[in-house]
Amino acid sequence: MARVLINVPRSAKRGDIITIRTLIQHTMETGYRPNAQGEVVPRDIIRRFTCSYDGAVIFSAELSPAIAANPFLSFTTVATRSGTVTMTWEGDNGFAQTETRPIEVT
Amino acid sequence: MKATRRALAALLLPAPVFAQARPRVVVVGGGFGGATAARSLHRAGIATTLVEASATYTACPFSNAVIAGLRGMAAQRFGYDALRAEGITVVHQRATGVDATARRVTLVDGTTLPFDRALLSPGIEIRFDGLPGYDEAAAEVMPHAWQAGPQTELLAAQLRDMPDGGTVVMVVPPNPYRCPPGPYERASLIAHFLKSRKPRSKLLVLDAKDVFSKQRLFEAAWASLYPDTLEYVPLAMGGRVTEVDPKSRRVTTDFGTQDGAVVNVIPPQRAGAIAQLAGVADRSGWCPVDPASFESRLVPGVHVIGDAIIAGAMPKSAFAANAQARVAAAAMVALLAGRAVQAPKLLNTCYSLVAPEYGISVAGVYQPANGLLTDVSGAGGTSPLEAPAGVRAAEARYAEDWFATITADVFG
Repeated sequence: MARVLINVPRSAKRGDIITIRTLIQHTMETGYRPNAQGEVVPRDIIRRFTCSYDGAVIFSAELSPAIAANPFLSFTTVATRSGTVTMTWEGDNGFAQTETRPIEVT
Repeated sequence: MKATRRALAALLLPAPVFAQARPRVVVVGGGFGGATAARSLHRAGIATTLVEASATYTACPFSNAVIAGLRGMAAQRFGYDALRAEGITVVHQRATGVDATARRVTLVDGTTLPFDRALLSPGIEIRFDGLPGYDEAAAEVMPHAWQAGPQTELLAAQLRDMPDGGTVVMVVPPNPYRCPPGPYERASLIAHFLKSRKPRSKLLVLDAKDVFSKQRLFEAAWASLYPDTLEYVPLAMGGRVTEVDPKSRRVTTDFGTQDGAVVNVIPPQRAGAIAQLAGVADRSGWCPVDPASFESRLVPGVHVIGDAIIAGAMPKSAFAANAQARVAAAAMVALLAGRAVQAPKLLNTCYSLVAPEYGISVAGVYQPANGLLTDVSGAGGTSPLEAPAGVRAAEARYAEDWFATITADVFG
């Protein structure tokens, strides 16, 4: 499991614009870099990130080899109702990780 | 009237017209760079005026030891009497403008100083627009102590007076900034202070970067000396601080908040004010220069050295400013005589103390390439990662000797 940092407000007022931030520790190996022996290091990146809230995908991103290690994503949405924010990272070598955070909307 | 006008005209004419006239250089900024340059120029026969607002210079190297209570402030202070005694004109005023076309520096009282070439050694100024919540008033509560002087003493006093058990929070900026290993030396010495004087306290270092100067040496020293005192949070662990609140002494990162009994914010910086006024700084806030002559790329006839410049691989340090001052002075002497500028090699060494009697260092050699100063590959290096205590103690002594030598060279 990669180490993940997540910032989802614990509570918000209905209609508020909230900011969600995530940072996942991942090398994002490009697939173009030679190692000390001169062999190309195989690509190992996160390819896709998806965030769902209140039953719908509210944000998703395709990541590419040009994105730096430990990808940091920050995006906004509108607080609609109490529920769960679900975040999923998928990538090379079968990488898959899901994290959830509750949010209370009043 | 006519005679006066003639005399004025003589003053304003370019020097080469008068074969006997000594070329004039005005140096603005009397730190390690400016004071060295003034001496080098004067010794090469240039009529040199040094403009420095303060009558006393307070040195940054070793000021982290003052913060940690290991050293008195008096050892950091230097005057300009030796420069004056040597024949350099020293003017203690703030420069308010540099006119490269009319070739004169304006001082705050309205006096103008004519020059054939000017050299600026502006140092840094704090960007009070660079971190939300951090303005001049906030710096009185959460000191930066990144310009030695009252700020250094304020941070030292806050640490001395804090309760045992309180948390010290340090905020470290992204590159570029003055003294790349400085924050980590400071973290080490504050951790040493806490461990010996406030053993229930902790130091939390929040960094906007993942990699830094002498990192493996610092991290090895922290693991062995301060495992229960110092916690380091890099960018990848959420260490980037996005906002500070001086009222509650609270700092906010992308992923949380932290309150400190003492908060030391090292904020973003840019070239000192005179660089902006003279137009030698670009949009980055720093000064692009030719790496052989240190002549500004934006304002011909004006040279810039030290922490204020975009120096490529060469760090912003007192050692580097001293080295650049000699090279820039030699280049100015050559240009004033109509000779070509020699391609230089420059040296830098940075010592850091991680505890009393425990020094580490990094050295580099630099030369112009592709318009910047670049590392000479295979030259320089850092202290060994594994070394007996005797080696570390010797390096701590070398650091003291270096400070004694350079301050004698610049101000003595």
